[in-house]
Amino acid sequence: MEETLKIVVLVKHVPDAQFDRHLSGEGHTTDRDESILSELDEYALEAALQLAEARGGAKAGNKVIALSMGPAGAVNAIKKSLQIGATEGVHLTDAALAGSDAAATSLALAAAVRHLGADSPVDLVLTGMASTDGETSLVPAQLAERLGLPQVTFASSLDVDGGRVSARRDADTHSETVEASLPAVVSVTDQINEPRYPNFKGIIAAKRKSITTLSLADIGVDSSQVGHSGSWTRVTAAEERPPRTAGTIITDEGDAGIKLVDFLAAQKLL
Amino acid sequence: MANVLVFIDNPGQALKKSSLELLTIARSLGETAVAVNGELSDDVAGTLGAYGAATVFRPSAADLDDYLVAPKAAFLATVADKSGATTVLLENSPEGKEIAARLGIRLSAGVITDVVAIDADGTAHKSVLAGSYTTTAKATTAVTVLSVKANTVDPEPATAPGTPETVTVDAPADATAAAARITSREQKVASGRPDLTDARIVVAGGRGLDGDFGPVEELADALGAAVGASRAATDAGWISHDAQVGQTGKTVSPQLYISAGISGAIQQKAGMQTAKVIVAVNKDAESPVFEIADFGIVGDLFQVLPQATEEIKKRKG
Repeated sequence: MEETLKIVVLVKHVPDAQFDRHLSGEGHTTDRDESILSELDEYALEAALQLAEARGGAKAGNKVIALSMGPAGAVNAIKKSLQIGATEGVHLTDAALAGSDAAATSLALAAAVRHLGADSPVDLVLTGMASTDGETSLVPAQLAERLGLPQVTFASSLDVDGGRVSARRDADTHSETVEASLPAVVSVTDQINEPRYPNFKGIIAAKRKSITTLSLADIGVDSSQVGHSGSWTRVTAAEERPPRTAGTIITDEGDAGIKLVDFLAAQKLL
Repeated sequence: MANVLVFIDNPGQALKKSSLELLTIARSLGETAVAVNGELSDDVAGTLGAYGAATVFRPSAADLDDYLVAPKAAFLATVADKSGATTVLLENSPEGKEIAARLGIRLSAGVITDVVAIDADGTAHKSVLAGSYTTTAKATTAVTVLSVKANTVDPEPATAPGTPETVTVDAPADATAAAARITSREQKVASGRPDLTDARIVVAGGRGLDGDFGPVEELADALGAAVGASRAATDAGWISHDAQVGQTGKTVSPQLYISAGISGAIQQKAGMQTAKVIVAVNKDAESPVFEIADFGIVGDLFQVLPQATEEIKKRKG
């Protein structure tokens, strides 16, 4: 029997990219109406569930904790994660967190992970490859730096065995395998697995799972270290790009390829 | 004048265009120092001088490439301290961004990614939410770390080239302690086409290709373009995942984007709507891509693309 694992999966509640998304307010932050569990985080959750299931699942003592930082609505990302199969949920929420940049976010998340490891150590922190709203991919690396843990990022496959994690990474020019000791921070790509959907049983089971709410005081973070005051960057202006408008549309009458080239020539693109 | 530090990872035998762009931007902001990991050829050292680098810092350790990200960030943090840099510039690759991320924590410095322009006061310009907003951002810290997208300036050597002084720096002892080790690496076969993210022209194919990327590749080669794909095409396994343009793939801003057999749903649009000119070919006149195309052709891509390829070859002689 392999060792049991305690895995924290970071899940983010993000505006649904299927709709128009907007920035607003003094800090030009993202509007979070119409928000969903970030699609890219579902791959991290699936990877965590597969690792736990290979070791006998929750019954054998494996833990998959869905941790989300965000305002009240973020609890929906946690609920969805519980329906999909996470064993428990943790909601880090505090008015002072609003407007946190990656540095402040990683500070709060690092403190939350330490807090969750206080009774028994966390073996793995799993994240998606990026959030679908901020899109910076900074947080996993910053979290690893703050926790002093190895980072194994952009994993397209993942193995955990004997206290070590190994992963495959695919870049444009090369592929590589990397290895690190546990605990580690691992981010996974959308190539790693096919995330499952919550089924009826999962939805019913989720109602009995607990969601713990943590404030900044609970994790020992001062409100000045996060939010706008704790952030090291500031968005000073934001302007919505004018929508593109349709140009000339033609129907092929046997010479559209030539017309395409005429268009490119006229635009000096040849 | 401010001190600017540029990180160049494994320059090889000649500096990439994106590295030359970083050096050009650095010179516009202040006095340039360069941190180079990996071998430094005489040619590259010469180019660094030609682009105005006053100092070149190199790590004493040769094994930074054996580990993921962390030791490079540790080396760079040491150099940043030593050089008194107030701005650090890196390339905007996935690894460049992660080195920037960790460097930011080590230096208590604000990090801004995906930067397309930098003002003299350090204000960075970028676009967010898949190109639907342009924003300006500024670090509130003493040091600013910026990862800068390629193709944002024309590389230009300094008016007065110099010979940079080379300084070897010891990376901190703990640099590799908690780092993931790279245990094997395979180079992928080079396609000979330009890099998708930096390409001036991209020809992309989707579901409408029905498994045959031939017409897209031939048009791309006639134009000297990179080949891209929709998620439907990469998910179907018709082309490597590296080619995916969109929300969960690459974001491209070429001069010209030719979309063939792609409906242009929001997932795809997110990756290409900042292209200067968009041309779309699709059988279905109702495809959303026609709402954003500058020139659209409702027709069979298997007819239109080969005809265009022939015509381009003819005109280019």
